[in-house]
Amino acid sequence: MFDRRLLQCFDWGLLFLTLAISGAGLVVLYSAIMAGAGAPDPLLFRKQIIWYGGGLVAMAICFTIDYKQIERFGNIIYLVSVVSLILVLFFGKYVSGARRWLYLGPFSLQPSEMAKIAVVIVLSRYYAKIISTEGLTFRDLAIPTILTAIPFLLIARQPDLGTAIIIVLISISMTLFVKIERRTFTWMGVACGVIIPLSSFFLHDYQIRRIRTFLDPTQDPLGAGYHIIQSKIAIGSGMITGKGFLMGTQNALSFLPEQHTDFIFSVLAEEWGLAGASTVMLLFLLLVVWGIRIAGHCREPFGVILSVGITAMIACQVVINIGMVMGLVPVVGVTLPFISYGGSSVVTMLMGIGLLMNVSMRRFRFQ
Amino acid sequence: MTNYLDSVNSDWFNHRLGVAMTLVITAFVVLMARLVYLQVVEGADFRRQSELNSIRVKIVDAPRGLIYDTKGRLLVDNRPSYDLGIVPRAAVPLDRTLETLSHLSGIPTEQLYKPIEKIKDSKNYNKPVWIGPDIDRNALAAIEVNRWDLPGIVVNVSPRRDYLFGPSAAHILGYVGEISEDELKSTTYRYYRVGDYIGKYGMERAREPWLRGKRGGQQVAVNAVGQVVRVLNTVDAVPGHNVVLSVDHSLQVVAEQLLSDHSGALVAVEPDTGQILAMASSPSFDPNAFVSGMSHEAWQALITDAQFPLTNKAIQAEYPPASTYKVIAAAAGLEEGLIDETTTFFCPGFFKLGNRTYRCWKRWGHGEVDIYKALSESCDVYFYKLGQELGVDRLAWYAWGFGLGEVTGIDLDHEAGGLVPTAAWKKRRTGVSWQKGETLSVVIGQGFNLTTPLQVAMMTAAVGNGGTRYRPRMIKTIQTADGRDLYAAVPEVRGQLPVSKRNLEIIREGLFRTVNTRTGTAFKSRLQGGIMSGKTGTAQVVGRREDDSGRGQESVVKDHAWFMAYAPHNHPQIAVAVILEHGEHGSTAAAPVAANLIRFYFSGDMQAEKTAGPGTGASSGQE
Repeated sequence: MFDRRLLQCFDWGLLFLTLAISGAGLVVLYSAIMAGAGAPDPLLFRKQIIWYGGGLVAMAICFTIDYKQIERFGNIIYLVSVVSLILVLFFGKYVSGARRWLYLGPFSLQPSEMAKIAVVIVLSRYYAKIISTEGLTFRDLAIPTILTAIPFLLIARQPDLGTAIIIVLISISMTLFVKIERRTFTWMGVACGVIIPLSSFFLHDYQIRRIRTFLDPTQDPLGAGYHIIQSKIAIGSGMITGKGFLMGTQNALSFLPEQHTDFIFSVLAEEWGLAGASTVMLLFLLLVVWGIRIAGHCREPFGVILSVGITAMIACQVVINIGMVMGLVPVVGVTLPFISYGGSSVVTMLMGIGLLMNVSMRRFRFQ
Repeated sequence: MTNYLDSVNSDWFNHRLGVAMTLVITAFVVLMARLVYLQVVEGADFRRQSELNSIRVKIVDAPRGLIYDTKGRLLVDNRPSYDLGIVPRAAVPLDRTLETLSHLSGIPTEQLYKPIEKIKDSKNYNKPVWIGPDIDRNALAAIEVNRWDLPGIVVNVSPRRDYLFGPSAAHILGYVGEISEDELKSTTYRYYRVGDYIGKYGMERAREPWLRGKRGGQQVAVNAVGQVVRVLNTVDAVPGHNVVLSVDHSLQVVAEQLLSDHSGALVAVEPDTGQILAMASSPSFDPNAFVSGMSHEAWQALITDAQFPLTNKAIQAEYPPASTYKVIAAAAGLEEGLIDETTTFFCPGFFKLGNRTYRCWKRWGHGEVDIYKALSESCDVYFYKLGQELGVDRLAWYAWGFGLGEVTGIDLDHEAGGLVPTAAWKKRRTGVSWQKGETLSVVIGQGFNLTTPLQVAMMTAAVGNGGTRYRPRMIKTIQTADGRDLYAAVPEVRGQLPVSKRNLEIIREGLFRTVNTRTGTAFKSRLQGGIMSGKTGTAQVVGRREDDSGRGQESVVKDHAWFMAYAPHNHPQIAVAVILEHGEHGSTAAAPVAANLIRFYFSGDMQAEKTAGPGTGASSGQE
């Protein structure tokens, strides 16, 4: 089964890119965790390195198994993921108002992170069978809608709105890539244009207010708006060259909220300036472009759609997270891949990279 | 392998991937543009904001100078005051935190909430709001123990003025209070800030520039909840200078006790230097009440009190000198050659001028009276005759020579100058010419005459020391916080009494007999060894109170009681002036007060302290 060509075609560039981003991520995370008193638990940094070890193993597993096998067991993977999402609602660890973590010995896992990959796999499997140049009709869309809705609702219930939204965005990206039939698409557009304004009639005042604050956090300068203001100050004050490693005042003096998870890009931009932040952004762009190129080199639909799905996952999180900390996108809890602290996030992202490598190194089958 | 190329070929996919690529690149370009905007275009502004965010300038107020008595006993101190503050942003939930705090501190929740309400709309939610000034130690302990349950609560320690003996010497020491808006606008207080405490009265006010010190500052880095994490820069505060008064605290306390039942004043002075040994004004007030801020009612009660507790009667109140003035009249008569020690007049108990009769205080008369008897028995008729010959203007010249009619120049604010009437003054003031009868009032110290107790005390001191008039001094030294002398009072001669040595001895003999002969008006108050000399006085009240109807009626009709004294007779170490408002007679009310004070001054207690020596304790740095 093992083919020598697998090794020849191994995607070293992708590995290098991934390690470069991860390395930069660890440097920034070190600062976010260690700088200043009253910062998060210093043990978190060591924990993250252990997670990286585990993540690299998971990545290796993901590229070793032929993705054809993964396609075959796609339904089972999805089912396991949904079951773990149900389990977490009942047995999950309750942390600051949400049940997101399942205990696995000394470590805890976030099933919602794994669910992203499961949704990508199950949708790729489905779309690969029905893909056509005409595009998808309403009937074709029924099953993908259900497949997305189940994890979305389960995750939103935890509640973890950020991850739930990411799952929907991945699903939408993949569906648009596969193409929606023109008339269906038009009808969907019309439906959205009617339903959204109408819905405001049926919502209570406080619900509308809540949505408004969500869209425009400056209306709430003590809550969400405060975080965004401090984050913008952190990024802007980095200027071109940054304040230097461990020297970010916004970070060290805990003006930044969640500086080691959601707002880690602000730490990067504050301490390393435009030079550091744009370098990391370019690395991300390169990674996404690389993912699209892998899809382009693949010669069969499942591989293409899978690559697109994984790439969409990475791209969505990067764009939303960076957009969010710079005040372009409403604040939803979305982590920055490879850089934010979080074991499940790291493992999920490295598994995604493993799947991309998987597709990339097996492209020779069609040459 | 799947035969998918029939329907969906590689070109079709590549086209769609191309669109995806464009979208991705567009998104990244937008992000990059935003990044450049934040870091380059607005970068400098955000950098400044980040510094403002974390760098604060903390004012460190200088400790105010302390005030000691002449023997180095601390009178005015600074004590730590614990002020409660809250950082509204950090104190969540606010209501619960305030409730807990109210429970622990005993301050009602509404009172704690008031200052927070005020800043609610401003952007200062990151700065502490001061909600409980000067909490007591028990509350502080309770709060410290329960810190974990009080998010965002901060306790600040600031120095607060502490008048250790409360109302004792309150008129000398004065008090501090928060600077008012009007004071902030004036150029005197150019360098002051809102919330500063300044001297408002007494020594605190008169020596404000010395006591104040120089404020320091700290540049500190704070975190998001306002806690100081690092001190970047410090400019040390320079403590204010210490003031050592010439007042002796034990003598002062005795003086206040002696006055405690009356409205009145007492001044004791060292005749050879002009240093004030004690200065009491009764009733007094507690200056501590001003420091923590007084309620409107308490303030109203103080300023409407008929006995004027806020007035330092020793230097601000003006009374007719009454018979103490006879010392001046005697000097004038002797110097002008109208009388000598052998001259006698006959006192039948009254004196006729034109068709009016002026009575002596002794109805049946003193009989043959010489100058000694005239002074010691305070014969009015003798002085009526003398006054008639002297005339008001010559009397006035001598009164000025004894220091009346002008401020003595003591180092306290608001000193009153009194009044020495002349014929020209009356014409100018009322348009009516001087009447001969009015001279008879003036010569026995009534009528238009007005003096302060301090003026009488200084006159007494000059008579006692042989004729030298000194400027009265309240401050002995001013020292830096580490004990270096910046100023030391030296006796300052203001002039000599316009009396020859020989004539002054005649007057001094008269004063000796006042106390030490059986017929003297103050014989009952004589001291062992005959050391005290003095002069009684009884100021008529009704006549000059026609326009002053605000006071209680029953005591208004009673006269003011005066006594001036020095001791020991030959070389006095202390001179005293006492006035008791509505005390009736100098001999029965005022003389015992002065006698008791002088007795205490020469008693074992005082003398024991004296040998301990001045200059100890006041300046720990010197030792």
